[in-house]
Amino acid sequence: MTTVEEQLLPSAEPVQLVDEHGGRHDSPQYGMPAPEALVDGYSQLVQGRRINDQASALVRQGRLAVYPSSHGQEACQIAATMVLGEQDWLFPTYRDTVSIISRGVDPIETLTLLRGDWHSGYDPYEHNVAPQATPLATQLLHAVGVAHAARLKGEDTVVMALCGDGATSEGDFHEALNFAAVFKAPVVFFIQNNEYAISVPLARQTIAPSLAHKGIGYGVPGERVDGNDLAALLAVLGSAVGKARAGEGPQLIEAHTYRVQAHTNADDATRYRNDAEVTPWLERDPLKRLDAYLSGEGLLNDEQRAEAAAKADKIAEDLRVGLMQEVSPDPAELFAHLYATPTPQLKEQAEFLQDELSREEA
Amino acid sequence: MAHEKLSMAQALNQALRDAMRADERVLMFGEDVGALGGVFRITDGLTAEFGEDRCFDTPLAEAGIVGMAVGLAMNGMRPVVEMQFDAFGYPAFEQVVSHVAKMRNRTRGKVTLPMVIRMPYAGGIGGVEHHCDSSESYYAHTPGLTVVAPSTVSDAYTLLRRAIEFPDPVIFMEPKKLYWAKEEVELSAGEPGIGTAVVRREGTDATLIAYGPSVPIAMEAAEAAAAEGRSLQVVDLRSIVPFDDETVCAAVRSTGRAVVVAEASGFASVSSEIVARVTERCFHSLAAPIRRVTGFDIPYPPPKLERHQLPGVDRILDAVDSLQWEDS
Repeated sequence: MTTVEEQLLPSAEPVQLVDEHGGRHDSPQYGMPAPEALVDGYSQLVQGRRINDQASALVRQGRLAVYPSSHGQEACQIAATMVLGEQDWLFPTYRDTVSIISRGVDPIETLTLLRGDWHSGYDPYEHNVAPQATPLATQLLHAVGVAHAARLKGEDTVVMALCGDGATSEGDFHEALNFAAVFKAPVVFFIQNNEYAISVPLARQTIAPSLAHKGIGYGVPGERVDGNDLAALLAVLGSAVGKARAGEGPQLIEAHTYRVQAHTNADDATRYRNDAEVTPWLERDPLKRLDAYLSGEGLLNDEQRAEAAAKADKIAEDLRVGLMQEVSPDPAELFAHLYATPTPQLKEQAEFLQDELSREEA
Repeated sequence: MAHEKLSMAQALNQALRDAMRADERVLMFGEDVGALGGVFRITDGLTAEFGEDRCFDTPLAEAGIVGMAVGLAMNGMRPVVEMQFDAFGYPAFEQVVSHVAKMRNRTRGKVTLPMVIRMPYAGGIGGVEHHCDSSESYYAHTPGLTVVAPSTVSDAYTLLRRAIEFPDPVIFMEPKKLYWAKEEVELSAGEPGIGTAVVRREGTDATLIAYGPSVPIAMEAAEAAAAEGRSLQVVDLRSIVPFDDETVCAAVRSTGRAVVVAEASGFASVSSEIVARVTERCFHSLAAPIRRVTGFDIPYPPPKLERHQLPGVDRILDAVDSLQWEDS
């Protein structure tokens, strides 16, 4: 017989299987993922890092309007996707570009939003990836709805719903956890706690012992994990997905990570934090850590490193080339997707714009 | 279906029942819609007939209700949700504006949201604070939403059936004070379609334009005017978005004079939009500026004062009298 605390409360310390020096730490509860998964994860981490850095460079070149980088958080991004099956759903935020690409969505289509061509550039049904959400926590409720529909249809779909630490202060976060718990919806709520909501530190979002502790109030089991440890993330998220799929209801996971870069290129992070705070986090880098661990175990050689780097080079090149192409979105599309059948008022406005454009050309 | 004497509440209940029988993807949920059957009994008996999976109570949280409906619709269901009262719907407003209205647009038509948000709306029932708002302008102002407000028992049934089958989200505004109005009706899931106004009463001197709870008042005013020798035409919008310019403008052109009647505050409202649209299109047919009879620009009043807020027959007739008649 376990107590409520044992059922619902997260571990006292974030689960860690590989420390920042690449040392192995066994957990009584979570096994080390298979070597193949870790090597695959390493390769995806290298690609994720390259996507982040290339996209940031493309902002500086004026090719992207904005890019909220997940540099340093790539382990969370990759693990969130790796634990999902094909029928499962991913609900990403604006910072989860790497996760979306890892799920299989075309990189250029993924960046359409940030390039400014359209709000969402991909078909959500192609890979079961919801449109990236900019309002905080609203998408968590959609995740509950998708999961509940799947349950009603008798499908064993699990929904991975991503959010940040700031989103946990929103009312929709509360409502989503509560609804998911009451309806026993198979949703894994995955908080990437990167310590800042733009400039506001975690201490101003909550005084809870951890964000994973918030689960207890809803009857949702919470767990904390080192967000820069891909092995621990795969183990903890994988276990949560398994429980949700087995009908145990929603799960809440908090990853402790850090936003090592500014919120976006429009943000000046030096106004609210200093190097002394940032530097130690660079030492906990998920990529260096996994490399050290795999190398130490004899699971990663230079050939595999070169292969991962080549894949990353390719994706970076595709991004550069793809985003160099000038695109001119069709203004007629402004009216095309509001209703199945445009209202008479929209038809009139579309004709007005068309006429204006033809006079511009003449 | 045979002719029966039904209230609007019963017709709405029948519409939900028939829609749920016709399509097992239709789900009904909200606050107190299960065992209680809704505070206005619109969902009476649905849980008993269709089970807890098809008609169910949720936690008390409007954003949660609408947000979950978004996900259900994304994943193949046809959710119909109840906001218990118009003014309880505001916590869900972000979900409505940011997601319900925009999903088709955001995703270039890939994700559509066939869903209905039902809400008892407007006043006239002596409700206390936060129970009687006319919030249609907020929704009508939001591109991507379809907004309808029936005024008759027959339309209530038909429009709700059409709304549930509609490929896009519909804000379905149910005039509270008409819930108990009874009519002998034959229920039909066919016409009218969403987006069509109707001339409820023919007349030649002036046109009254109304929707939802104001239609019966406009009809009453027209009746009273007829006794005084003035022939008033009454147009019932039924659908606020899309707006039926054709029917409304044809009606106004035929009389040359118009009064818009609505319960909601007039400033920056559906009634102001109607005046602007009709003026832009029918200016040369107008013999006088279009007048409005609306609620004052105040929060909905307490029950003992609400009669001062609601458009009444006298105010409508006074407005009609002010339309620059040659004989006056």
